[in-house]
Amino acid sequence: MSTRLAAGGRLLDRAKPVHFTFNGKRFTGVEGDTLASALLANDQMLMGRSFKYHRPRGVVASGAEEPNALVGLGQGARFEPNQRATTTELFDGLTAQSQNHWPSLEFDIGAVNAKLSRFLPAGFYYKTFIAPRPFWKHVYEPIIRQSAGLGKAPKEGDADRYEHFYAFTDVLVIGGGVAGLTAALAAAQSGAQVMVLEQTAHWGGRAPVDGGTVAGQEVSAHVDALVAELSGMDNVRLRLRCMGSGVYDHGYVLGYERLTDHQPEAGGPRHRLWRIRAKQVVTATGAIERPLSFAGNDIPGVMLASAVRDYVVNWAISPGDRTVVVTNNDDAYRTAIALKQAGLEVAAIVDPRPEAGGALTQQARDLGIRVEQGRAVAKVMGAKRVTGVAICPHAGEGAALETIDCDAVAMSGGWSPVVHLWSHCGGKLIWDEAQAHFRPDAERAPTGHDGLPFVTVAGSANGEMGLASGLADACAAGLKAAAAAGFDGTATAPEAEAPEEAPLLPVWLMPQGAGPALRMKAWLDFQNDVKVSDVQLAAQEGFESVEHAKRYTTLGMATDQGKLSNINGLAVLSQSLNTTIPQVGTTTFRPPYTPISMGAIAGEARGETFQPLRRTPMHGWHEKAGAYWEPVGHWRRPYCYPRDGETHAQAVEREINQTRKAVGLLDASTLGKIVVKGPDAGKFLDMLYTNMMSTLKPGRCRYGLMCSENGFLMDDGVVARWDEDTFLCHTTTGGAERIHAHMEEWLQTEWWDWKVYVANVTEQYAQIAVVGPRAREVLEQLGATGMDSQTFPFMAWEDRTVAGIGARIYRISFSGELSYEIAVPASQGLALWEALHKAGAGHGVMAYGTEALHVMRAEKGFIMIGDETDGTVIPQDLGLGWAISKKKTDYLGKRAQQRTHMTDPTRWKLVGLETVDGSVLPDGAYAVADGTNANGQVATQGRVTSTYHSPTLGRGIAMGLVLHGPDRMGEVIEFGKVDGSRVAARIVDPVFFDKDGEKQNV
Amino acid sequence: MLLLECPCCGVTAEETEFHGGGEAHLKRFGPESSDQEFEGYLFNRVNPRGVHFERWRHVNGCGKWFHAARCTVTLEVFGTYPAQTVEPPQILRELISSKRPGWQWREFT
Repeated sequence: MSTRLAAGGRLLDRAKPVHFTFNGKRFTGVEGDTLASALLANDQMLMGRSFKYHRPRGVVASGAEEPNALVGLGQGARFEPNQRATTTELFDGLTAQSQNHWPSLEFDIGAVNAKLSRFLPAGFYYKTFIAPRPFWKHVYEPIIRQSAGLGKAPKEGDADRYEHFYAFTDVLVIGGGVAGLTAALAAAQSGAQVMVLEQTAHWGGRAPVDGGTVAGQEVSAHVDALVAELSGMDNVRLRLRCMGSGVYDHGYVLGYERLTDHQPEAGGPRHRLWRIRAKQVVTATGAIERPLSFAGNDIPGVMLASAVRDYVVNWAISPGDRTVVVTNNDDAYRTAIALKQAGLEVAAIVDPRPEAGGALTQQARDLGIRVEQGRAVAKVMGAKRVTGVAICPHAGEGAALETIDCDAVAMSGGWSPVVHLWSHCGGKLIWDEAQAHFRPDAERAPTGHDGLPFVTVAGSANGEMGLASGLADACAAGLKAAAAAGFDGTATAPEAEAPEEAPLLPVWLMPQGAGPALRMKAWLDFQNDVKVSDVQLAAQEGFESVEHAKRYTTLGMATDQGKLSNINGLAVLSQSLNTTIPQVGTTTFRPPYTPISMGAIAGEARGETFQPLRRTPMHGWHEKAGAYWEPVGHWRRPYCYPRDGETHAQAVEREINQTRKAVGLLDASTLGKIVVKGPDAGKFLDMLYTNMMSTLKPGRCRYGLMCSENGFLMDDGVVARWDEDTFLCHTTTGGAERIHAHMEEWLQTEWWDWKVYVANVTEQYAQIAVVGPRAREVLEQLGATGMDSQTFPFMAWEDRTVAGIGARIYRISFSGELSYEIAVPASQGLALWEALHKAGAGHGVMAYGTEALHVMRAEKGFIMIGDETDGTVIPQDLGLGWAISKKKTDYLGKRAQQRTHMTDPTRWKLVGLETVDGSVLPDGAYAVADGTNANGQVATQGRVTSTYHSPTLGRGIAMGLVLHGPDRMGEVIEFGKVDGSRVAARIVDPVFFDKDGEKQNV
Repeated sequence: MLLLECPCCGVTAEETEFHGGGEAHLKRFGPESSDQEFEGYLFNRVNPRGVHFERWRHVNGCGKWFHAARCTVTLEVFGTYPAQTVEPPQILRELISSKRPGWQWREFT
């Protein structure tokens, strides 16, 4: 069993007990524990179940690379799945639940998958769930969804706060181990601004556990001295619990700081995302130990040798009374020595190397540890816990020589530098034959905006595995980065001593000739249950590219992203393909290094601050009037103003009837308003609009259409000519910024010699439409003079004083009624709005919303951008030929509209539609035609683009695009409904109301 | 995230301050052009591995369009220049030649 040792524990404060629960059971740890170490101290080796076979799994690592010990942390609005127990600092009141099992961790029904494993090979899903096709949606998908996924998604909104910080630095050091701190000191002494990020809660990395001496003192003392020195420097920033998450183009780096995960009561933001610009980046990200592939290497109790050493030294954990160490290198002998020194028994060191050993081997022997050379683990015995190992000759096929009883196995397959951050932005790797790992190729570093390298690697991340050589490398890296950032300096690495190590023996399968039965139990990816046999099968089936093999087998696709499995997997793949590891290559390393919270990515951008809300000067009035809002771009516009007990439909009907009968008011301030000014303004607008704008007289207005260069209708609106050189272009509410940018683009990049300026003045003016037969009377009541049709005809504009406010009035109509759009400075908008309400009270004046606006424009057959257009519609489709100039030699979109597809007579054209039974057609419904199309679907001959109930006409009205529509007036066609039934509609003129425009012209 | 210098206001800023606008130095073809010319202008774009000329707008800044010469492989930015030109400046072309001898992009070398 695993227990807490009576003494030791470098990171523990035994005086402070910490209480927590795991699967509802109460446990006690001490301050300094991680969740993993505290569970081990309570003999809870079993921490989770694997993804596919639901095999029992114990913790295997001690840090960020942990694939097995994933838990759900917290409760309710603070619940978070898939958190690694190894990187979760223990605090009082922590609650954790294990995942991926039912009904319990100890007894899991899903484990039956393991018995069926021979029927669940690589690519199982692709091979099994193919036919019959109708099963995809209703049978296969529910089954797969039921069994897929690890933790449960939280159900409530996140209760915590998150924030973003921006930082700029000359040199950013990622990794606060001895190498990172040494590099940081060298860079800082050169005068550079330095920032150091360390993902754990402690400085020094794993060197204090591994031993050796630096500058004559123990490593941990040296680390303390380094941190003290750096802390005292003004040009150095140190951040603990802050992971370098990703390195991006031109020296952009994301840091992920976990501020209160370990102290939830502290208040303040939970996570902080650092958005860092660094002139130079030093990655001192260390190395990760590789597992060995032998049968049963996933049984709880089998751990990485380095993790066993960490648990013993840092947290005073006995992983078991008797441990077998199995290693192909000298480093893991340190684990055996550490166990022995802690008073625990090491049953044997199993070492496949025919003759091992440097100084560490000798030290182990001197401590009386049995060392078996040329031997391998044939298999591990046990189910939910290791009970023993069978050992065999490594050169053989696995015939057991002897069984050794033990309750823990410490394995080491060598070390792989953490090259992720180097690789994120294009750094290349080389295969180091002697150390059997990929390491960064300094000749092919990531390059910045100037084409020069901006990432340097330091220490074991660079493949410098020895203490002395690692420190020398780190010192040089710090100097190099500082120099590249413009700071020359000198520094020397401190003297360091550590035992000499003998070369490792690359071992990708143990024993070397292991047969199918053993290979099927030799795990590569613990979380996703990928075994040696799966990768070999993928290779046999032709998945030769490492990227394909990865996706086919799911190797390295778990939450740990292959930190343990990657190199072992591609080594097996390369052997199966009979090629070399460097030829197979690695899969792509992508940020983030370990998962980061969605909250940190969002930062403060949530709820009301997710995006700014644009408010018209009358917004507050609408709110008080009980407006039901419709989002339009970043604006909120009143959809309607429901009164006591009214439905929205009833409110819309009331607003329309009042406007058609007497007078209504619309807040039209959101309409885009762009001033176009200059001697060439008319010429410019002639290019932008399909119709002629340069002939417009000052004082007059003209409706215009704007097309993209591809010919499609993109916006419409009324243009008013203010004077010879100045036009005001109205755009749609959502289109103002886009159209302004469109104008700027053409002016700056194509016609830069034309004398024109454009300015978006949308927010400078409040605009109110006074609409209805009584509109003129209301304005006259407010002191406006000269409003008669002689003086102020339709499609003209005049400056008038209304309610004492200087106003520019456009007599234009989107409703078919007598209508004045009154523009005043934004600051006067509310005053005018309220004055109009007061003056119109006698006529029953009321505000109307966007839905009333839409219905009234549809009654008049006016198109709406986004309803009648969808990016594939040209003006010619909409019967707007009258608004396309025949005289102009050019306008944007003209050439495109000459293409054969645009002039095709079978393009669907705009018509009005009236249901025979008076009902409202469903929006977007398709008109059915005879026969079927190439896919066997019912053929279509048109579709509905706008559809409403018209209170004015007392029936459903619609507009739609129909094949040869304008030539088929009076014909009845059928539209399909969602329930499968059909509804008949007659093709009619799209102008349903006041066809001659008598009402708007009065 | 790229760093670019706006040649109009002189600010060096992050990519998020700008907006990419596709290939630079396109020649507009209007109503009198052939189908082939118009297709080339509207749709056909180069997708080079190496030296590339592209349009950017300093959209969250001075609002001006400009051109950038950039290596699509290493992301090195050779230089930026105002959009009011039909060809890359000679001095920039010489600089690119010193770093990427023998480069060619569209009709420019």
